[in-house]
Amino acid sequence: MKDIFVLAEHRKGQIRDITFEMLTKGEELAENTNTHLTAILLGKDVKKYAKTLSKYAEKVLLIEDVKFENFNSETYQKTLSELINKKKPLVTFIGHTSYGLDLAPSLATELNLPLATDCIDVKFNGETLVVTRQMYGGKVNVKATIRKSKSYIITVRQATFTAKKPTMNGEIIEIASPLSEETSKKRFIKYLLPSSGDIDITAADILVSIGRGIKDVNNKPIVEELAKTLGGVLACSRPIVDKGWLSSDRQVGTSGKTVKPKLYFAIGISGAFQHILGMKNSDLIIAINKDPNAPIFNFANYGVVDDLFKIVPALKEKIIELKSVRTQS
Amino acid sequence: MDIIICIKHVPETAEAEIKIDSSGKAIEKTGLVFDINEWDDYVLEEAVRIKEKFGGTVTAITVNTEEANRTLRKCLARGADKAIRLTDAKFEGSDGYAIAKILHSVIKDLPFDLVLTGVLASDDGYTMVGSILAELLGISHSTMVKKIEFVNGVARVNRELEGGLEEIVEVKLPAVLTIQTGINEPRYVSIMGIRKAMKKEIKVLSLADTGLCESEVGEAGSWLKVEELFIPPVEKHAEFFRGTPEGIAAKIAELLKSRGLI
Repeated sequence: MKDIFVLAEHRKGQIRDITFEMLTKGEELAENTNTHLTAILLGKDVKKYAKTLSKYAEKVLLIEDVKFENFNSETYQKTLSELINKKKPLVTFIGHTSYGLDLAPSLATELNLPLATDCIDVKFNGETLVVTRQMYGGKVNVKATIRKSKSYIITVRQATFTAKKPTMNGEIIEIASPLSEETSKKRFIKYLLPSSGDIDITAADILVSIGRGIKDVNNKPIVEELAKTLGGVLACSRPIVDKGWLSSDRQVGTSGKTVKPKLYFAIGISGAFQHILGMKNSDLIIAINKDPNAPIFNFANYGVVDDLFKIVPALKEKIIELKSVRTQS
Repeated sequence: MDIIICIKHVPETAEAEIKIDSSGKAIEKTGLVFDINEWDDYVLEEAVRIKEKFGGTVTAITVNTEEANRTLRKCLARGADKAIRLTDAKFEGSDGYAIAKILHSVIKDLPFDLVLTGVLASDDGYTMVGSILAELLGISHSTMVKKIEFVNGVARVNRELEGGLEEIVEVKLPAVLTIQTGINEPRYVSIMGIRKAMKKEIKVLSLADTGLCESEVGEAGSWLKVEELFIPPVEKHAEFFRGTPEGIAAKIAELLKSRGLI
């Protein structure tokens, strides 16, 4: 019987969440297609991860090699292409992460297997594998069918599925590493930790966050004043850091910080999922954006569809007014 | 150093309202402004900076209709030396895999040390073209690159991981690197650059020039076939404040006060 492969992702001593999220989807697919949910674990001294994964899958295929000490798409590709060629899993799930997107496209090309990337849903419709993905920064969903094949590769968006519960008692199967002595064309050197800036946005109760909608760095003070009036801290989405308008320690999202303030103002932020993942658990979210269909409004508690340059100054005045009334009374 | 950059001419949608067209398989393009893909803006700048430092050439390649000339001219104006446009009605419906095959058919015969692409394109977001291209060319790749240095024929790159973490990886040249936004500060186009660019030729190639057959490109040569576009279903929608700016401001202020936030 065929397998559903889920490639376990781990870094710096931890199995990453995406692994358990993929196992959720993998289990559903395995049940529907009468296949075995199988976790694939590559690493150095990772038997304890295999033990953990065995609670989430029917089988764990464990391949240990000193060359897996740090992620390298070349050693992973070599190993996985042999394994997939041999076992012909129905589907191989890989995280749509910095590791997965370094690996999956070249792996699929080498194996001549169809790949669908960054999927938010996957299911068989009869014999056809149908995926849902997003386009245009999350403003549009697309349903696509994958070219018919005996085996498919899917990369899965992070935080799309709920992490699986440990309900299984799978078998751990050790496989010898197929890697030879030959050196890889690619070499891991070291990690660079994020620089600790002057400000810790994760500690702030009130964050006033700016995005592309502020248009020009000269407009930054308008929002900065609102933040100051509220006693909050200025944060931002990725484009603001890319442009050099704020330092990276102010960035909210998958490549920045995850925050959970009492109040999160999203100003001129459309809400690409990378940003959403960093702020969706805030207690109160208020978004100001001129596009009524901006994804941010699907996560905000309150929204304003208007020109931020009109709303923000008016809001600042109103808050000053309220504060002064309170001081007087 | 000879550098090939793969670029895409895309609609700017980050700040625009999007509607799905009557086919249900594409968005309504009228009224949208098209420009160089955001990631490719950084690709272009990085390539030109490397050329300025080490010499060599920059060749910009795109698979698109004649519309994309505007983006190719921008590349030429900002420092690219040559531009190639691959245009054929048969290319329509190509996914990232088919696009990579089309690009490969041309790049394999060009001299190069480095191929740069964006991590992804803002329209269909496949995040695959660069590393497929590397595999087809039989060379190494690295993705999500935020910094490039060259040491003894090796590219030493910083890759962006999650949560602000980066890793440094060394990749042997020639290689394909996919560039992440924020790697540099793209320059503005100079008047002189525009003048120079106007004189340069844009080489146009069709399916016949690629040596590929019809079944290898377009929908037939793709892994994915778009069936339907739809606006993402909403689970929980924001409650909207409406009215004049002052009225809206008053409502928000009241809300904040009621929550003890003022």
